[in-house]
Amino acid sequence: MNIVFAILVLSILGAIFAVILAVASIVFAVKTDPRLPEIVDALPGANCGGCGYAGCSDCAGHILDGSAPVNACPVGGAASAEKIAAIMGVEASSAEKEVAFVRCNGGTAAKKRFEYRGVLDCVSATKVAAGPLECGFGCLGFGSCVTACQFDAMHIAANGCAVVDPVKCTDCMACATACPRKLIISVPVSKKVHVACINQDKGKVAMSVCANSCIGCGLCEKECKKDAIHVTNNVAAIDYAKCINCKMCTKVCPRDCILPIATPEEKEKYKAVKKAQADKAKAAAEAAAAAQTAAPAPNA
Amino acid sequence: MKEIFSIALGAILVNNFIFAQFLGICPFMGVSKKIDTAIGMGVAVTFVMGLASAFTWLANEYLLVPLNLAYMQTVAFILIIAALVQFVEMFLQKSLPALYTALGIYLPLITTNCAVLGVALLNVQNGYNFIESVVYGITGGLGFLLAIVLFASIRERLVFADPPKAFEGFPIALVTAGLMALAFMGFSGANVFG
Repeated sequence: MNIVFAILVLSILGAIFAVILAVASIVFAVKTDPRLPEIVDALPGANCGGCGYAGCSDCAGHILDGSAPVNACPVGGAASAEKIAAIMGVEASSAEKEVAFVRCNGGTAAKKRFEYRGVLDCVSATKVAAGPLECGFGCLGFGSCVTACQFDAMHIAANGCAVVDPVKCTDCMACATACPRKLIISVPVSKKVHVACINQDKGKVAMSVCANSCIGCGLCEKECKKDAIHVTNNVAAIDYAKCINCKMCTKVCPRDCILPIATPEEKEKYKAVKKAQADKAKAAAEAAAAAQTAAPAPNA
Repeated sequence: MKEIFSIALGAILVNNFIFAQFLGICPFMGVSKKIDTAIGMGVAVTFVMGLASAFTWLANEYLLVPLNLAYMQTVAFILIIAALVQFVEMFLQKSLPALYTALGIYLPLITTNCAVLGVALLNVQNGYNFIESVVYGITGGLGFLLAIVLFASIRERLVFADPPKAFEGFPIALVTAGLMALAFMGFSGANVFG
């Protein structure tokens, strides 16, 4: 009997609260934008906080009041951005896809100081006398980034350097976090020309540690018509906003550290073209000079 | 008055809900990464603990005890706290939108905070009257606020520390919390009024 009484009392208590809450939800109803639940539905609903807001509904609120872009959710990606754009009645700004890029092409071309036989990951390798490579900047090739990659987009190439498969890469940058040498950056997928070296040593040192190192000679900087490549801290770096994929720099690089590496034939051809241009310019200059010397004569 | 002051001091320092009674550890660990959010959570907890103390005391005194249902306290209090928090949330959203947005997601999260249920049960256990219960609730919340803000300010600095890989994140935070609890044990002998 006691049990029945207890159940009864608590049930009644619960029912009273239910009624109060039901009434309250009507009395205190707040008009919300009907688009808000729609946006929440379009988001993944994982409440992961990847967007920087406290959960999906908070993110939706910020999208609604315009303080967050429609593609604020990195997890939902383009699919949810399109849905939300449709709800909000705007075009999804098609931010260009970026992929990871490993700024080293040393591998077997890099000189080794000693043979490392420890735990096979890059962090451990760097802890032993600052790593087995002469180069203090290069890829160690033990594949910490490969382990970190969830998408099978990271591999150690034949030359012993890590490379990214741009098709599989989702730009999560887990590899960049795993890399003890901070070699991996995010680059626009449409840009094909990259400097694959971050060695900041002076030219002579850089030259001695690796066959594919940037020595900061500045030939690429002079060659670039678009002011897109610059040598700072003894290493070339590309300004992707200005680069037009013309590959001129790859052809003049004496160290083959700008990808895609130009073949010797391409380089020869380019040299020949440049030489012809130079000859032509020289001939023109000579002709002009001759005219200059010839012209003043009548006046004298 | 002396009683009230002694309850307040006890709830904030000596019997701090986090460090001495180990109640409300979940939000304490969960939302203590930034001082701002920690303050938000602390204020919300203080608010709800004060209200919950009042309502559960009334329910206990005028409903459960007369009906000889005191043994159902835990269940009844959970029911009351859950309903109360939901109601308060709706009320704030309508009447005080500024406070509602300030408390944000912390308010509904508190529904299942064991510090809130704990304060309700402790009020009964300690045989407090209505005023004492409310004071204990609010000051218990203030104790929570103090603990979580101190902890958050330490964690903000911990980010820049370089612990061994296995200790990164939560493990080192738990170690920190343990040390802080140890420090708060220094208050355990404090007895202001003899």
